[in-house]
Amino acid sequence: MRGALFAVLGLFCLYYLIPLIVMISTSLKSLAEIREGTLLSLPRDVTFDAWAKAWESACVGVRCDGLRPFMWNSVAMTVPAVLLSTALGAINGYALTKWRFPGADWIFALILFGAFIPFQVVLLPMARTLGQLGLAGSVPGLILVHTVYGLAFTTLFFRNFFVGVSDGIVQAAQIDGAGFFGIFFRIVLPMSIPAIVVTVIWQFTQIWNDFLFGVAFTIGDSNPVTVALNNVVNTSTGVKEYNVDMAAAIIAALPTMLVYVVAGAYFVRGLSAGAVKG
Amino acid sequence: MSDTLSSGAKAGRWLERHLPKIVVSPLFALSLFFVYGFIAWTAYISMTPSGVMPNYEFQGLAQYGRLWATPRWYVAIKNLFVFSVLFIAISMTIGILLAVLLDQRVRAEGLIRTIYLYPMALSFIVTGTVWKWILNPGLGVERLMREAGFENFRFDWLVNSDYAIYTLVIAAVWQSSGYAMALFLAGLRSVDDEILKAANVDGASAWKTYTSIVLPILRPVFLSTVIILSHLAIKSFDLVVALTGGGPGYATDMPATFMYAFAFQRSELGVAAASATMMLMTITAIIVPYLYSELRKTGS
Repeated sequence: MRGALFAVLGLFCLYYLIPLIVMISTSLKSLAEIREGTLLSLPRDVTFDAWAKAWESACVGVRCDGLRPFMWNSVAMTVPAVLLSTALGAINGYALTKWRFPGADWIFALILFGAFIPFQVVLLPMARTLGQLGLAGSVPGLILVHTVYGLAFTTLFFRNFFVGVSDGIVQAAQIDGAGFFGIFFRIVLPMSIPAIVVTVIWQFTQIWNDFLFGVAFTIGDSNPVTVALNNVVNTSTGVKEYNVDMAAAIIAALPTMLVYVVAGAYFVRGLSAGAVKG
Repeated sequence: MSDTLSSGAKAGRWLERHLPKIVVSPLFALSLFFVYGFIAWTAYISMTPSGVMPNYEFQGLAQYGRLWATPRWYVAIKNLFVFSVLFIAISMTIGILLAVLLDQRVRAEGLIRTIYLYPMALSFIVTGTVWKWILNPGLGVERLMREAGFENFRFDWLVNSDYAIYTLVIAAVWQSSGYAMALFLAGLRSVDDEILKAANVDGASAWKTYTSIVLPILRPVFLSTVIILSHLAIKSFDLVVALTGGGPGYATDMPATFMYAFAFQRSELGVAAASATMMLMTITAIIVPYLYSELRKTGS
């Protein structure tokens, strides 16, 4: 009985791991070896040529500098957007739960709805607005987009966290003469480290992995890495270099994978907070 | 002197009292503009004759007429339906199975859970890229099976317009079933141990305990998992672009890729806006009742 249990669990481990193994092993083969062998044959002569090419010389459109410049675009987009949306979500969630004013619940519900809309419905007006702001096709434009549409999620996370924080703490501090920001920075924020970690990790994976906004609002040089990866893989010209494709995919996935391995438990908490549950 | 002081103090107190609202207002305004304002713009454009450029002349529902007369839109709707049903059903089945098995006090549970869930951290573009390679008609699974002795094995779903939609299901289930597992496992862990002990004392078998006691308690988890997965399905765009590119032809088009194609490649803003509005209405019909019931539960 116990053996059967482990057999099933083990089979599913293989199911989830095999694509990763295939990715890594293909990226370490030469093109000739790929044509001879099968998906599961391990590399005979390990070579990092495909990795080098994916990083600095694979062609993305007409530009052949590899994924490197696009990785930097993604970093330049993700870091400010994560920090901004998290900070704004924290103060928003705090004001909406600990300083409840008439209509606060309605405002929260209206903001929350923004987390669930299909983004297709905002693509066209957003493209025009970015154009009018002079941010079309730029990394700062993407930072704005991700901050605005991340706000609904970050507000939700912090609101769910603050609902569980006793109102007594805030009231006691108020009696001691502390104000809105004093209580926020000195009392509430230090308590919120877990919520901050969950939110930062969630936003990081969401924004890093975004493709829709990247492909709709940027052109060429300002593409985030997901768009560049898709361009590398789906170019129809030249010989298909599967090993370079796989190396490029791993490179693009590395930052979020790393975060997941280091802080997986928080990632899981973020996922279940995504279910609206506190 | 005392007059100005007291009015200054009054202003300070007024500010202090209204500070929460002052902080929330600009953020709320952002949401009103970028969410509701944009939705209104898109909905209005869907009722105008806009083509390459927006044209603000009102013309009623003609674009919806054109949308529903477009064969490609029917393909997208049918694909979304087939994909969603299979994706949700299979992900839920795997999710429940794995959650129940993992709940049996398994050694190395943490490690196993990490393995089941890591695809969720990947971009759909990465998932699409790797499955495109695995399902490659010449060099992928087909080659593997032929080398294993099945010489006539054929597996060309990726380039077969009748079956390409199922490759999307395969890749999406791989990425998201661990998520369903995590949600169910969290639900199982919240079931009171006392109930299980009582069932045990009453001599109920493990199977019976699960089917007649635990799973009914998990009903809310089922609901939220279905909602989350259908939300993922309706929004699926990246995976389609990376794995099949909507092809062969437009055999694997979905509403999200349809909208993108009409907005950015064919420059038919009116039809694109109409399709986006249809997507919004579908999601609203699912999400709003759900949010309403959830907020009523958690709100004080």
